[in-house]
Amino acid sequence: MRWMWIDRIVEFEPNQRLVAIKNVSLAEEHLHDHFAAGDGLPALPLMPATLLIEGMAQTAGILVGSVGGFKEKVILGKITSARFDADVFPGQTVRYEARLERIDAHGASTRVVVTRNTHAGDGWEPLGRADLLFSHIDQNLAGVTFPKENFVFSETFRTVLRAAGLEGLYS
Amino acid sequence: MSEIFESVREILAEALGADEDEITLSASLTGDLEAESIDFLDIVFRLEKKFSTPERPFKLEQGELFPENLMENSEWVVDGKLTDAGMDMLRKRMPHVDFSAFDSDRDVNHVSELFTVKSIVDFVERKLAVPA
Repeated sequence: MRWMWIDRIVEFEPNQRLVAIKNVSLAEEHLHDHFAAGDGLPALPLMPATLLIEGMAQTAGILVGSVGGFKEKVILGKITSARFDADVFPGQTVRYEARLERIDAHGASTRVVVTRNTHAGDGWEPLGRADLLFSHIDQNLAGVTFPKENFVFSETFRTVLRAAGLEGLYS
Repeated sequence: MSEIFESVREILAEALGADEDEITLSASLTGDLEAESIDFLDIVFRLEKKFSTPERPFKLEQGELFPENLMENSEWVVDGKLTDAGMDMLRKRMPHVDFSAFDSDRDVNHVSELFTVKSIVDFVERKLAVPA
């Protein structure tokens, strides 16, 4: 199970909202390079914002995919906007809340709000948000055909869905 | 006209990351404003959101604003060029676009360049003028 940037789905309102969390761990290899010690500064492990966006895209992508029983190949097409107001460090948890704004045969627009729990007793605090636009690639990119099987929603995604009791969403 | 233009200008500025001064009526979406196909989807969604009211949803059908899958229809496109039937279809389906200069070119890859800011403004006006 490799490229999975959410750990667990915690809330789901069909066709509306999906919430997932990710625990940031010092066991994640890339944190030792981001950032490694250098130029007289000590190491400072913190989660790259690009991976926060990937987690947001996976959360929102599952929400979008669930509408069609995961038959459509849902791909992130555009990050319309994104902002983060703080960093996330090992030992903290991020919570991604995705809302579906519009969906049609071509794709969907979503907004994902991220909060962070530092586990220092203050609960969940705002971290940032992004507007993400997804494309149903089989319906777009005229002239390009893709493999028949849905390579987007792989076994790894199924495992996450199963853990939340949502495997029934696959049709 | 100008209220719709203001709204369309705002939408395009957000969707395309363009300055409002660049968004003139004659500006071409793909040429001057560098819009890509994913941006077209963004624009459609924002137009639907902006011009819908509770009493009257503003819903765009597939291919209503921007034509789709032209290449796949051999009645309309042969060897990468629009046929007479194809030109007729475009003119009928997209009254909000000006195809007169395109008639001598007809290269299907150039169709998207014809879409200007004015095409969108005209489209919205026409659609809103249809009785609910």
